Amino acid sequence: MLEHLELFFKSIFIDNMVFAVFLGMCSYLAVSKKVSTAVGLGAAVIFVLGVTVPLNWLLDKYLLQDGALVWLGPEYADYDLGFLSFILFIATIATMVQLVEIVVEKFSPSLYNSLGIFLPLIAVNCAILGGSLFMQTREIPNLGLALNYGVSSGIGWFLAILAIAAIREKIRYSNVPAPLRGLGITFIITGLMGIGFQSFGGMLTGDNEPPEPTETTTAKTEEIKEKKEIKKEIDDEERTISYNEVINK
Amino acid sequence: MALLSKKDANLILDPLADNNPITIQVLGICSALAITAELKASVVMALSVLFVLGAGNVVISLLRNVIPSKIRIIVQLVVVATLVIIVDQVLKAFAYELSKTLSVFVGLIITNCIIMGRFEAFALGNGPWKSFLDGIGNALGYGVILVIIGFFRELLGSGTLFGFPVLGDPVTKTGLYALGYENNGFMIIPPAALIVVGIVIWVQRSRNRTLIEEA
Repeated sequence: MLEHLELFFKSIFIDNMVFAVFLGMCSYLAVSKKVSTAVGLGAAVIFVLGVTVPLNWLLDKYLLQDGALVWLGPEYADYDLGFLSFILFIATIATMVQLVEIVVEKFSPSLYNSLGIFLPLIAVNCAILGGSLFMQTREIPNLGLALNYGVSSGIGWFLAILAIAAIREKIRYSNVPAPLRGLGITFIITGLMGIGFQSFGGMLTGDNEPPEPTETTTAKTEEIKEKKEIKKEIDDEERTISYNEVINK
Repeated sequence: MALLSKKDANLILDPLADNNPITIQVLGICSALAITAELKASVVMALSVLFVLGAGNVVISLLRNVIPSKIRIIVQLVVVATLVIIVDQVLKAFAYELSKTLSVFVGLIITNCIIMGRFEAFALGNGPWKSFLDGIGNALGYGVILVIIGFFRELLGSGTLFGFPVLGDPVTKTGLYALGYENNGFMIIPPAALIVVGIVIWVQRSRNRTLIEEA
């Protein structure tokens, strides 16, 4: 339960799709002029991420990982189809988006009318493919957590686009320097919001450790992972010690 | 430019400045921001996109009369995904460290809006040679912005370029650091990229006022 909560808050605030890893920026900038459309797109992103990430998790687990084909028989244990992940993930996403569109159109025309135009856009939204790829690189351990990761990343993206749309509606009445109008000021505001979101970095660890820089430093993330593991062990030890003390008392 | 007619040359030159994919068309921003903390990564990313967009535009242009328009998005995605897999495997084989640095962002070239955008807007309606030039031009326009952002972020953030210290050594206090200069850690964090792009847009639009948006 605790790991679910941790992943949930981590994906929304610390590893926010927009502010920490810049995914889905294209539609984030293009569709954030009005709050109502932003809400529609955000809801569609949550939904599609929640569907595709678990699906791609299953694909990854039973088809793509090194030795994943072992369920077919021991002679398949040596296959590593990892190089196919891009093409399979994007195929899953494109098919799912199409399928979702058809289903929604059939069963809920009102929802279709509000989401309709955004659904095809979503197939090429980097946040969706990014969600699946991060799910793969971060080695999310089970299906429940994958679902959680998909939905909560979607919520993070939703919050970001909602916030920027609200700000852009207000900024129309401000006197922005002419060359910055429109795109320029949106970039800078997003940057400032990103700095704000960086402050969530210490939320889960409780100390002043800077948030895991998710970009450039993947080479270093292994080190960080190791450190974290060590830290976790230490934490666990401390915890068990304190438990023991409590019990002794 | 004897090799290219004026019209063809414009296909390459336009996206470099007044029709830049990042600052004017607002495409392909996702990957542009995340990997620009180092110049080296920016250059490799720009080259990867150059390859994918150039080759992809040619392939789509050759196939443009065969693809049924209803399933063209899927066809396009498959073409891009194939090219991206090639790039990814090459990077993994010859520059493993770098491919670790770029991590998922190589894969995200697939959903880079520049690529789908150029396929839809250009390659589906033009011949292979023109599409090739258009692809190269747009990829260069993308690359230029990436290199500008990467240059400033790495120089101001870590005092290095391509990993070589150019401003002196911050530990032993040589070069500029002897004068009391400090690296600006702010440039390394992700949000700084957004602000740098904002400033690039600001500068570009101040120089060419016809690009200013009516808000």
